[in-house]
Amino acid sequence: MKALYAWGAVAAIVTASVAGDVLLSRAMKQVGDVGRLWRSYGLLAVIGRVLRNPSFFFGLGAMALAFYSLLFGLSWGDVSLVAPAAASLTFVGNAVAAKIFLHERLDHRRWLAAVFVAAGVALLAV
Amino acid sequence: MSFRKYLVLAGVTVFSPAGDCLLSRGMRQEGTLSLHHLPTLILAVFNPWVGLGILLLLAFFASYMAALSFADLTYVLPATSLGYVLLALMAKFVLHEQVTLTRWLGIVLISAGVGFVTRGPVLTHRHTQTGEPMAEAVSAREP
Repeated sequence: MKALYAWGAVAAIVTASVAGDVLLSRAMKQVGDVGRLWRSYGLLAVIGRVLRNPSFFFGLGAMALAFYSLLFGLSWGDVSLVAPAAASLTFVGNAVAAKIFLHERLDHRRWLAAVFVAAGVALLAV
Repeated sequence: MSFRKYLVLAGVTVFSPAGDCLLSRGMRQEGTLSLHHLPTLILAVFNPWVGLGILLLLAFFASYMAALSFADLTYVLPATSLGYVLLALMAKFVLHEQVTLTRWLGIVLISAGVGFVTRGPVLTHRHTQTGEPMAEAVSAREP
C-alpha cells in the first residue's frame, strides 16, 4: 500500500513539474528574447513583462505543487526511489508535453537526448 | 548561437548544483529539523551558506527563464543536464562522497544526451523574420 502511495506521489510530482516547465516555457516565449528586450528597454521593463504574464504565475504555482508533492512522496517512499524516478520521468514527460502543447519539433536527436539523460539521472541517483 | 547565450546556458548548468551544494552544507550545520520547530527552519535562512545557496538558486531561476526565452524547452533541459554530473563531481571532490561505477555510467549517459541535443537546432522556427541560421535550418523542413 505504501509503495502505491509512493508511485502516486511520483505521478503527482511528474505531472506538476511537467506542467510547470511547459507553462514557464510558454510564458518566456510570449515575453520574447530577454537579452534583446533588456538591451532595448532595460531590465525593469523585462521583469515587468515577465510578471504581467499569467502563464508565468500558473507555472510557478505548478512548480510549488511539484515541490510539496516531493515532500509528501519522500515521507511515503524511499528517497532513492522517489527522487530519481520523478527526475528521470520528468525528462521524458517534458519531451512529450513540449511536442503536444508547445509544438516543438522533436527530431531523433532530441528524443535520444531525453531518453539518455533520463536513464543517466536514474543511474546517478541509485 | 551567440557567446552570451552559451553563458546563460552555462549559468543554468552551474548555479543549480552549486546552490544545492551550499544549501546541503548549511543545513548540515543546522542539524536535523522537523516541522515542530518551524522557527529554526525560518532562522536557517540566516546561516551564511544557506543564504548564499538561496541566492545561487535565484540566479539559476533567472538564467533558466532567460534560456527559455530564446531556446526550446526540449533543448534547454538536456543541454543543461551536465549540472547533475557537476553535482556528482562536487560530491566526490568537495564533500568526499564515493562515486560508484553505476554513477559513472550515469554520467556517461547524460554527457551523451547533452552531445546529441547540442548538435541540433536550438529553437523550433515558426516565423520567418526572426531567428538565427540554426533555427532556420528547422523551418526549411517545415511544409
